[in-house]
Amino acid sequence: MNAMHFTRRAALAAALAVALPAAVAQTPAGQPIRIGSTLALTGPLAATAQIHKIVGDIYVEQLNKRGGLLGRPVEWVVKDDQSKPDLARTLYEQLITADKVDLLMGPYATGAILSAMGVAQRYDKVLVHHTLGIPSLAKYDMQFPAWSLGSEPATTVPNTLFDALAAGPKPPKTVAVVTNKFPSIQFMTAGAREVMKKRGLSEVLFLEWDFGNRDFGPIAARIKDAKPDFVWVGAIGLDGNLLLDAMKKIDYVPPQHFYLYPAPGPLVSLPEAKNALSVTIFEEQPPFTSNPGAAEFVKLYRERATKAGLADPSVETQAAASYTAWQILEAGVNATKSLDDKAIGTWLKANRVDTIQGKLRFNGAGNFGDDLMRIKQVQNGHWIVVWPKEVTSGGAKLQAN
Amino acid sequence: MPGFTLPSATLLAQSVLSGIFVGALYGLMGLGLSLSWGLLRIINLAHFAFAFLAAYICFQLASHGVDPLLTLVGIVPAFFALGVLLHWLMARFRMTTFNSLLLTFGLMGIVEAIIQTIWTADFRKLESAYANQKFKLGALFVPVPELITLVLAVSLALSISAVLRYTDLGRALRAAAEDAPIAAAFGVDQRRNGLLLAGTCAALVSIAGVCIALTATLAPSQMYAWIGVVFAAVMLGGLGSAIGPLVAGLLIGVSEAVTMAVTAPSWAPIVSFTLLIVVLVLRPGKAA
Repeated sequence: MNAMHFTRRAALAAALAVALPAAVAQTPAGQPIRIGSTLALTGPLAATAQIHKIVGDIYVEQLNKRGGLLGRPVEWVVKDDQSKPDLARTLYEQLITADKVDLLMGPYATGAILSAMGVAQRYDKVLVHHTLGIPSLAKYDMQFPAWSLGSEPATTVPNTLFDALAAGPKPPKTVAVVTNKFPSIQFMTAGAREVMKKRGLSEVLFLEWDFGNRDFGPIAARIKDAKPDFVWVGAIGLDGNLLLDAMKKIDYVPPQHFYLYPAPGPLVSLPEAKNALSVTIFEEQPPFTSNPGAAEFVKLYRERATKAGLADPSVETQAAASYTAWQILEAGVNATKSLDDKAIGTWLKANRVDTIQGKLRFNGAGNFGDDLMRIKQVQNGHWIVVWPKEVTSGGAKLQAN
Repeated sequence: MPGFTLPSATLLAQSVLSGIFVGALYGLMGLGLSLSWGLLRIINLAHFAFAFLAAYICFQLASHGVDPLLTLVGIVPAFFALGVLLHWLMARFRMTTFNSLLLTFGLMGIVEAIIQTIWTADFRKLESAYANQKFKLGALFVPVPELITLVLAVSLALSISAVLRYTDLGRALRAAAEDAPIAAAFGVDQRRNGLLLAGTCAALVSIAGVCIALTATLAPSQMYAWIGVVFAAVMLGGLGSAIGPLVAGLLIGVSEAVTMAVTAPSWAPIVSFTLLIVVLVLRPGKAA
């Protein structure tokens, strides 16, 4: 009996000796490190920005559970830029001068990111951002992109796509190019048209529409009339859904179709989107989920997104880029053991960061690294990565209608 | 300069049909706004917010198995009451036309925030049995949800026009809009008629909202996208007119669609607003 008591007591003491220091190390203490940013919490960009809000909340929570940054708790100060780049500029000024945040995190969407970049440059602050769509506009030395589309995506991304199509069951010969005139879409589409010309593809139709176009009926009718083998849709948000709806109404199914930056949830749930192609840097499947932190993040994000009432609770490009941005910032702070923006910036340019997208580098033009954009396709109501072959799983292949 | 393409007859006809459908929705959205502005001297920007609120309520009820058209049974009277309440408040505080614009602009923001709180900023699409239904008229496709919108728009515009022209209530409303003190001297109860008309305008826009739910994908901020084109339809059609906004809406819809069929779709908005400018320049008294 006494021996058993001793054994139990010893075991308990040993367990406490191990757990207590670990528990103490997990609890950050002292003055919070304040990271400031804006997001489009209201306005036309809110549907996507809410993804970044959920991801940011998850990351800061996890970070504080792991001991915060430099042993201090992290507080995220986020303001609503109402989807207005001019307001984002003002709010970033406020974050730096009035709120006196220690570090910055980028906002959502190219316009707001460029505004924030100007402010960050004025105050020599590092700016890590999620999804800047036009790399050539990123002139500031201490900005770091979390979206791995490379420094020349207008050439590399279409080439990846057309490589996939060439290896697929029906390599196209004729293409209809229809696009939104939204800046980051239009620039990619212009690049795609050049790539198509170089590859000897024949462009049978080219149409542009303004952001906010409501009627896709005539556009669908013109695509149907043109009879292309492949349709490149420079889509953002709901464009893809609206165009597919319009095509369905005139009984037209494109043989092969691609949507540049669609709202992924609404598109994948549309029956007419069967075999629609798009691009991605992350999907909830191997090998992506094998990257550090990915599996846990996917699980947490699904829970929070479902609780928040989002129609699509899966992690894809926006959520992944958002999480990556926080990983980059954390890596920079931990590596330099400081909040010094110059030191963080210097370190990031010279090193790679382990993220859920893989190991990222920032020493290319505009601090962009490799183009890690993959091709995914709607198959049986799910987004499945189909190209390049090394990132597919379960024998997934590109299909045609 | 965009190139001009000679479209096939089928493409042109299908585009015209598409323009008619979208123009009917412009007209239906503009109907209540035109009556409110022309007869009550109230520029009700919350009109667009009410349309989307009705659309979201229709979406919510339909997600629970209610037929989207059946949701009108509840939505229309509810929005009638909302319109009456809003008008009562504006009359109580003796709102001028300009003040009504400011008040309803603020109300629009409040309703948008409420919609976003309840349904989030995520895109919402009503998947109804009507969505997959269409029939062929020769080589042309006629989708059922859009046809429903057209039928509702035409029948409501004609009915309201008949009421305004041939009934005592209609004459009283027009008289009060023309000269309120004289109308009052002739026994026109402007307060009661105003409440009735305001309720009717809100009820009409709720019907437009259900049509939006049937035909479009919803997001809270989308309500602002309709303001420009619907105002153009109302001003082109004439304030206080029931049929005017419908005709103007159809004209705008068809001209936009034909532009998209023969040249760059990005030119389409230029067409509708050029039409408005031309009419305002040639017939400035028409819209005022």
